[in-house]
Amino acid sequence: MASPRIIGGIVAVAVIAGAIAAFAVVWRPVLAAIDPPQPSSFDSALVRRGRDLAAIGNCNNCHTVRGGKDFAGGLPVPTPFGTIYSSNITPDAETGIGRWSEAAFRRAMQSGVDRDGQHLYPTFPYDHFTHVSDDDDRALYAYLMTRQPVHASARENDLAFPFNQRIAVAGWKLLFLRHGTYQSDSTKSAEWNRGAYLVEGLAHCGACHTPRNALGAEKTQASFAGGDVDNWHAYAINSQSSAPVPWDTDALFRYLRQGWHPDHGVARGPMAEVVSNLSEVPESDIRAIATYMASVFGAPSEQRKRRGEEVLAQASSGPAQPANGGTTTGAQIYAAACATCHATDRAPPFGGINLALSTALTSPDARNAANIVLSGIRPTQGERSPIMPGFADSMTDGQIAAVLDYLRARFGNQPPWTNTADIVRDIRRTQTVLLQRDQP
Amino acid sequence: MMTLKVNGQDHQIDADPDTPLLYVLREDLKLNAAKFGCGLGQCGACTVIVDGKAVLSCVTPLLLLEGKKVTTLEGLGTVETPAPIQRAFIEEQAAQCGYCISGMVMRAQALLQRNSKPTDAEIRAELQLNLCRCGTHMRILRAVHRASHLMQTADASPVQRSTP
Repeated sequence: MASPRIIGGIVAVAVIAGAIAAFAVVWRPVLAAIDPPQPSSFDSALVRRGRDLAAIGNCNNCHTVRGGKDFAGGLPVPTPFGTIYSSNITPDAETGIGRWSEAAFRRAMQSGVDRDGQHLYPTFPYDHFTHVSDDDDRALYAYLMTRQPVHASARENDLAFPFNQRIAVAGWKLLFLRHGTYQSDSTKSAEWNRGAYLVEGLAHCGACHTPRNALGAEKTQASFAGGDVDNWHAYAINSQSSAPVPWDTDALFRYLRQGWHPDHGVARGPMAEVVSNLSEVPESDIRAIATYMASVFGAPSEQRKRRGEEVLAQASSGPAQPANGGTTTGAQIYAAACATCHATDRAPPFGGINLALSTALTSPDARNAANIVLSGIRPTQGERSPIMPGFADSMTDGQIAAVLDYLRARFGNQPPWTNTADIVRDIRRTQTVLLQRDQP
Repeated sequence: MMTLKVNGQDHQIDADPDTPLLYVLREDLKLNAAKFGCGLGQCGACTVIVDGKAVLSCVTPLLLLEGKKVTTLEGLGTVETPAPIQRAFIEEQAAQCGYCISGMVMRAQALLQRNSKPTDAEIRAELQLNLCRCGTHMRILRAVHRASHLMQTADASPVQRSTP
């Protein structure tokens, strides 16, 4: 029988070992502060490459408040755990990353730790950025360190206990962060590999398009099966896609490059900023992303292919005139408010798409259609895009729900949505926030 | 037959429920301030106020207006006694060809009704939906600021204009 002393010793060793392990998981060293580097110390070609990479990474979408100073942070990001405010990533010495060395920047990208050794919340998608190569991190660093420094302190996050404890993030990482730069697949083309590297890494497409578990991590077994962002639905972009016409490489390329496609419509909601950024990066990278994503969608089933051809044939045979004898409120609103653009033979962007082609209407989630009818389609600053007026001020929730239900029945080829009016009411509430963010 | 309330008056309208408000205003009621620009809700020339909100009358069918109050430019003031917003546009000479101005005035009026002292940025964001091809934007901006001032000082005395 072991003496209490031996048991005590074993317990003490276990406690110490546990403490050391916990310490190893949680503790990260402070990295030395540097004097903010002179912009002229960076190679201009490297900065230029960093600019393209930052656009692919969509950094400005979260780190710039609409109408605010570039990369100065402060954007509220609502999460199920509370609101997190994006940080200032300009090279300001006090409030930005001016005193961060390249090593500190790389550590943040690879393992979500700031220069002070604090764990960053995974709203900053380092579960993707960990796959970015050191060379690309260097270019991103060069780009960010040559931006205009902006003095803007980060706002305190508004998180409930225990999520306000950054230690919790260390545990999250243990469970969900898989380190390592992208390993290329030798059975696939160089273009496919480039696309996979960008999509899984810097472009972090899955951050919106993959559903998340109760702890806010992407469900890896449901990659690209569709997710939520800012009260929009990020469509499934794998074999579960509900697009009436199946996507292929060329369509993806055109859509990502110009922000809309005649057979699919316009990228809106949070995707608007993404395509706006992608309109400025090297075409070869968009081509690579399209190539990889086409393989993620996979070849459509015969049935989907046939359905896509039918829809296209029907759309090109003539405008979707309001159905004869449409006497319901929804049909009448469609005839008067929608058909002038959506039932003409003017091709997009001069007319609206034939709504039989709209994924917003075939999607199981009514929120995107509700968002678009309420606030319309507005170009982001400096962007060339189709325009659609919003109807928030001229229609009640019930009227919008009536037109949505009509559109779903007429064009969706799917079972009706439920509780459409409740969804519209909810979207109208959050859309106010979006509109405020739109103010220059 | 439906009752449409425009500028405080009830009108009996005999038109299909999907008829755009703009057509009823211009053709049935002979209120020609709201203009037909694009007919697609893209230019804002047809803007009127419905229950306090700026609405594009070319894509607003009659059936959405049951029990609502429509205000057009004619409902704001007259040539003899222009409303503060109209006076401000005149004093700033904010019109060139004038086609967009009725819509601009109505959207600006709706803005001022809910925000009596808008910032430059707020005015720009609000009027973004209304297009002007002559390029009088800076004058329009000044006019909205002036109207905001006039409304606050309640100075709606007749327009003083120097002879050109």
